[in-house]
Amino acid sequence: MILGRAFEDMCAQMYYRGKMFGFVHLYNGQEAVSTGFIKLLKQQDSVVSTYRDHVHALSKGVPARAVMSELFGKTTGCCRGQGGSMHMFSREHNLLGGFAFIGEGIPVATGAAFTSKYKREVLKEADCDHVTLAFFGDGTCNNGQFFECLNMAALWKLPIVFVVENNLWAIGMSHLRATSDPQIYKKGPAFGMPGIHVDGMDVLKVREVAKDAIGRARRGEGPTLVECETYRFRGHSLADPDELRDPAEKAHYAARDPITALKKYLIENSLASEADLKAIDKKIDEVVEDAVEFADESPVPSQSQLLENVFADPKGFGIGPDGRYRCEDPKFTEGTAHV
Amino acid sequence: MAAIFQGVGAAAALSSSLSNSFDSKKFVSSPCRPFSVRKGASFAVVRSDGRVNLNPKGRRAQQLISNAVATKSDSAAASSSSKPGHELLLFEALQEGLEEEMERDIRVCVMGEDVGHYGGSYKVTKGLAKKFGDLRVLDTPIAENSFTGMGIGAAMTGLRPVVEGMNMGFLLLAFNQISNNCGMLHYTSGGQFTIPIVIRGPGGVGRQLGAEHSQRLESYFQSIPGIQMVACSTPYNAKGLMKAAIRSENPVILFEHVLLYNLKERIPDEDYICNLEEAEMVRPGEHVTILTYSRMRYHVMQAAKTLVNKGYDPEVIDIRSLKPFDLYTIGNSVKKTHRVLIVEECMRTGGIGASLIAAITENFNDYLDAPIMCLSSQDVPTPYAGTLEEVTVVQPAQIVTAVEQLCQ
Repeated sequence: MILGRAFEDMCAQMYYRGKMFGFVHLYNGQEAVSTGFIKLLKQQDSVVSTYRDHVHALSKGVPARAVMSELFGKTTGCCRGQGGSMHMFSREHNLLGGFAFIGEGIPVATGAAFTSKYKREVLKEADCDHVTLAFFGDGTCNNGQFFECLNMAALWKLPIVFVVENNLWAIGMSHLRATSDPQIYKKGPAFGMPGIHVDGMDVLKVREVAKDAIGRARRGEGPTLVECETYRFRGHSLADPDELRDPAEKAHYAARDPITALKKYLIENSLASEADLKAIDKKIDEVVEDAVEFADESPVPSQSQLLENVFADPKGFGIGPDGRYRCEDPKFTEGTAHV
Repeated sequence: MAAIFQGVGAAAALSSSLSNSFDSKKFVSSPCRPFSVRKGASFAVVRSDGRVNLNPKGRRAQQLISNAVATKSDSAAASSSSKPGHELLLFEALQEGLEEEMERDIRVCVMGEDVGHYGGSYKVTKGLAKKFGDLRVLDTPIAENSFTGMGIGAAMTGLRPVVEGMNMGFLLLAFNQISNNCGMLHYTSGGQFTIPIVIRGPGGVGRQLGAEHSQRLESYFQSIPGIQMVACSTPYNAKGLMKAAIRSENPVILFEHVLLYNLKERIPDEDYICNLEEAEMVRPGEHVTILTYSRMRYHVMQAAKTLVNKGYDPEVIDIRSLKPFDLYTIGNSVKKTHRVLIVEECMRTGGIGASLIAAITENFNDYLDAPIMCLSSQDVPTPYAGTLEEVTVVQPAQIVTAVEQLCQ
């Protein structure tokens, strides 16, 4: 969680210094959800997120260096600089994105869960119990893809957990103004899966609920819908002036900062000392500083990278007038992509 | 594989054979059985009786045959095998291709509405669910965007799904997933994830199916970077393209046509695929290059008979690969004939023809003796009324006129 918070704060700094551009959506305040869920996963389990994905990536194990480089648009980024803030992917850590349109990641997560079931039942890998977590927000819960996937996941008992990070705001649209029945967790039973509400500012409570839900999925009992009540301390993105939200509301949730709460809990229960926690803070600061340095020193992509990765099989660029496949031409990457 | 038209003599023989078999009574009484292959000819004559639900009027039935006739050389001769080959209909060819690939690779699975127990609305997946099980041939609820996205997620995590749109038009609902995820994910993930998905389904103008079931989405999907598009037109290339699409690591959209599912042809027994990026030479010629695809291939061949009788020698190329274009085959043809006519079922605005004109002008302008002509469907929603629907798409008579104009 500390890593998530420090990283995001650094992102804000870097953004205002002109090192990263575009739409950057920071996760400050929601760290308990990411940590609470993802730290229970194995490497082969999959995570699907939205544009607010930096911390999901970090929780899943993507190195801070790779994420920071990606944000700076360098070739050493996890997606070679081609994805950016909203499209974090990692094959190694099974992070299936990073999606800019809300809701479009949920079917992809459903597909990953389908593969898990397929592996067990068709490919006969009997011990395959890979679980997929789909993270998305309150705004997404009014979108068709959400409901369509709840239906399919419950129908086929897919090993997936739908995690709603309800931070009450979709940019400037209050959840209460957008939703006829704002209690999202109630929508689970309508599709035949348990719907659970949890205090998303308390990492230990989230972890308990997550254990249950992930366990259910692993045992093949089907999906779960978990609504985490949480809050983002910053605006929707770094471009959002965040004028609509009531300062009283912000103060209320700031007082429930998950990191402060956990620190207090650890100290009160003698699980860690102040010194231990300070050491963690320091270590994380070093990690983040190192990530920035690494990203700064990394090379920018050269022009020849433009046409790579458009197709897995570059024959897809077609046959040129000379009869050869365009991709066979060594000068191809210096030209323009057209068919 | 090239289909060679045997020349003027054969054309005359062909037209007489057609008039022999234009028996509308026979046609109406056995709507689903295609006509037999004419024996003794050096080529196979393939007939189509159009849709399964036929217009019962005799005269119109006659028109149905004439609108969809195809000629193709004995493809067994084109392959070097001594096996006799086997006859089947286009939808069976698609099914055969799909079945063979599912046997060959256990990761290949099918998803779509009514593909399992129902066997597919056009019977392309008939029998597959019984053979491979309900998970490998998945009957989905009616949620195109989500199950296409599910297919993409499955493809990213190791499976090779074939997603069926019951009608290509329904894929408009899946446009978000097809554009953003299918086409782009390989790129935005920096090459980490491949999406070896095949999205297929019937499209095109049928028999009075109404505007929404008669859509041609080639032009809509054309611009999406990262996908390939192919259109099949014969049982031979249907099976070949299906197999190649499944084996490809790229996302491929395979366009089938509602009216071509009952085309019959003899195809090789042995395993073969059709190259996804190559065009098909249907009839070599000297005077004019006619570029076409899907059902319009048959209208073109119908017009070709008339043209040959009038003394023209058209070269007909089925471009097959709608994205990317096979500029080698097309270019060689342009360099030979210097005149190009494009005949497509797409809409005029922003269609495949428009892109093709741009590509040819860019690459082969010096070889053109005349401006490129393009015959497309009218820019109208397809009307229900039969007479109006007929003039929405390009008819053989228009093709003949266009060639005459072009060759003046």
